[in-house]
Amino acid sequence: MMLLQIHEPGETPLPHEERGAAVGIDLGTTNSVVAVATDGRPAVLRDPAGRGLVPSVVAYGEDAEPLVGEAARHRLLDAPEQVVSSIKRLMGRGAGDLKALAGTLPYRLAEAEPGEGGMVHLLVGGRRLSPVEISADILRALKARAEASLGRAVDRAVVTVPAYFDDAARTATRDAARVAGLEVLRLVNEPTAAALAYGLDQGAEGLYAVYDLGGGTFDLSVLRLEKGVFQVLATGGDAALGGDDFDHAVAEHFLAALGADAPSESEAKLALATARLAKECLTTRESGEWAVELGGASRRVPLDRPTLDRLIRPMVDRTMDICRDVLAEAAIAPPEIQGVVLVGGSTRVPLVRATVEAMFGRPPLADIDPDEVVALGAALQAEALTVGSDTLLLDVTPLSLGIETMGGIVEKVIPRNTPIPVSRGQEFTTYQDGQNGMLFHVVQGERETVDECRSLARFELRGIPAMTAGAARVLVTFAVDADGLLTVSAEEKTTGARQEVAVKPSYGLGDDEMMRMLRDSMEHGARDMERRLLIEARVEARRVLLALAAARATDAALLPADEAAQLDEQVRLLESLLPGDDRDAINGAVEDLERRSQAFAQRRMDKAIHLALAGRSIDEVGADPVGAPAREP
Amino acid sequence: MAIQAIPNAARSAPAGDSGPVPVRPCWSCRGPVVDEAAFCATCQAVQPPGQADHFARLGLDRRFDLDPATLDRAYFSRQRQVHPDRFAGRSPREGAIAEGRSVSLNAAYETLRDPLRRAAYLLELAGHPIAGDGATIADPELLAEVMERREALMEATSAAEVAAIAADTREQARGATGALAAAFAVGDYPAANRHATRLRYLAKIGDEARRRGVRLEGRAA
Repeated sequence: MMLLQIHEPGETPLPHEERGAAVGIDLGTTNSVVAVATDGRPAVLRDPAGRGLVPSVVAYGEDAEPLVGEAARHRLLDAPEQVVSSIKRLMGRGAGDLKALAGTLPYRLAEAEPGEGGMVHLLVGGRRLSPVEISADILRALKARAEASLGRAVDRAVVTVPAYFDDAARTATRDAARVAGLEVLRLVNEPTAAALAYGLDQGAEGLYAVYDLGGGTFDLSVLRLEKGVFQVLATGGDAALGGDDFDHAVAEHFLAALGADAPSESEAKLALATARLAKECLTTRESGEWAVELGGASRRVPLDRPTLDRLIRPMVDRTMDICRDVLAEAAIAPPEIQGVVLVGGSTRVPLVRATVEAMFGRPPLADIDPDEVVALGAALQAEALTVGSDTLLLDVTPLSLGIETMGGIVEKVIPRNTPIPVSRGQEFTTYQDGQNGMLFHVVQGERETVDECRSLARFELRGIPAMTAGAARVLVTFAVDADGLLTVSAEEKTTGARQEVAVKPSYGLGDDEMMRMLRDSMEHGARDMERRLLIEARVEARRVLLALAAARATDAALLPADEAAQLDEQVRLLESLLPGDDRDAINGAVEDLERRSQAFAQRRMDKAIHLALAGRSIDEVGADPVGAPAREP
Repeated sequence: MAIQAIPNAARSAPAGDSGPVPVRPCWSCRGPVVDEAAFCATCQAVQPPGQADHFARLGLDRRFDLDPATLDRAYFSRQRQVHPDRFAGRSPREGAIAEGRSVSLNAAYETLRDPLRRAAYLLELAGHPIAGDGATIADPELLAEVMERREALMEATSAAEVAAIAADTREQARGATGALAAAFAVGDYPAANRHATRLRYLAKIGDEARRRGVRLEGRAA
């Protein structure tokens, strides 16, 4: 296998770009973790007390810097209205999405303001914040922890997302990282990251299932592991099902047992915290009694394991339904699965473990801490993307992507479980004579009708020439990149003109809002941007120099001495500019070099076409009417 | 502003090989590259996907009989070279070209790994495309069979009944796949077309049975 060589022999070694470290981040509903890998060995970055988990809790005090983690959690007791937790559940969500959860989620929603996108905003400690900003504060704390621990700057990260996250939530996660000053190397699905950590650790081969029950999300992925390839065969889940829901069920049980039917926001938050504690205690104990704050007094409520099991059983059953669906989708029977990996803190709950074991007929694997395994996998991938690696992650789309057509019916363009990156087109036509515009509504989901799918974006195509109904041919192309992010483009085929489309995300942030956040959050924003452009200019210049050197080595005979001398001079000029900071000068010298080497390039092409035509006429003597397609070497 | 989808089958078939120019310029060093080579032999730059058919793209012979392990190996080895993860530190332009190449490999793999889609693709290349999704069943024998199976499925009330129908449908599909392979082996495209059409309906019923089975099983659990 021939891989690209970066340094040709004899090539002037170019200065190493000064980049910060690249880390892996598991941005969780309940806890977040940051890890780094060196030489294929990942390690969680811990605080001085040895704690790897950073609670995904942020406290916004008056005129103070936000507090993140344990410190924020402690504020829950004296200033619950300043504290926000489980923000991941609101990433890429609109106010309408939260109606279903009203009363269960202790958030105070802000009224929408003009110029904002459709994403929900919260009121916390007198501030008005989007979930992206709150997540960015958590990511900043993780970045700071990593920098303190590594003793160097951290500017790039692989960030994990639930496999079942939709496009809006993925985009929101990427935006949060940008606001926190982190370049996202890749968004990796959490179960895939966990499989990477397990597979590399244990050299596993065959079919594996990853059961990932986190604080707020559930994923099940089935993967095939083979010689360094991690191929996701099918994935499914519920982006609003997790340990949080267990806590809610327990908290409601507590409050009901005490006859509290209208608890205050603070009481609800405290009851939730107590419920979580109770649930965790019942992992090892059979029963206990907990103190719940109500009406200024502390009252004790008992809870035992059978009651807990009864409370959470419907949610665990729902995860089992999803397991059955995903396995059926992949046409795999449970006994074919060689191992089930448990991921997420909620898999510590005994009922969950027992149910998974019963379903797959084997004890699940949990040798790597289920709270840390995702970050470890992300760190491995961050190293793979920056240093290089032999492993290959092949992931899929978790949800079908489609477009609304007549009568609110969804036309699926990319079905779920399609390997990414993927690009697929679908043609649409007009419904009325003379119709000169088309309004497209992009949706994600498995149902047939639009109102049962999730709206992602709307865009309008204008300037279609007047034709009879059904005559126009508009090609809409959906492209999902390796991050699982969607871009949509449209083109009217009869006129051939590519139309500009303005896509309006249904649950995103307004453009102005994003700009403001980037400005506010990065005092060095402009400088960072300039630096990035400079690095890109250098990368491009180096490519051109290497390409020319390779061409000259191959076709030296086609380059006359005077032309060669001219090129040498231009190459020296460009090389002398590379260590400097003048981006425009570098780009200009690259253009000059490309222009001056154009004649040489043309001669190389002419020679090859000549040779090919000669070779072809020989082939044509032997009967080869179709012209066998050329093979890759 | 209403819109309607045009069924994929009604669209123009992918271009076969219409005698492409054997060499084209590399985007990076601008020298010659053999059409369909993944990398420039001179400067090693990754190349855009070009117009090859799905078989050529994976370096496979154009035939129905395809060993899944061979397909996987061909796909993995190529994807290892061009997957965007391999180009994370490169210029955005190079990354985009690699992504295009990775997309085309996924498209080829998706089409060829499923026997039914592979058959439909081969029939399209051979100029005997099978009728689109919206088309009515022209063959009265097939129509009767499909209606009968569908009815049995609707009337099934237990997971066991559905499983029996699913098993029988799978058995029939296996037979149809064998007949399909035999037809392709002797180049009898009209027969291959018939078997592929039947296989498509059997697969649909199989899917329906699976969905119904999952629902019934879930209810029983």
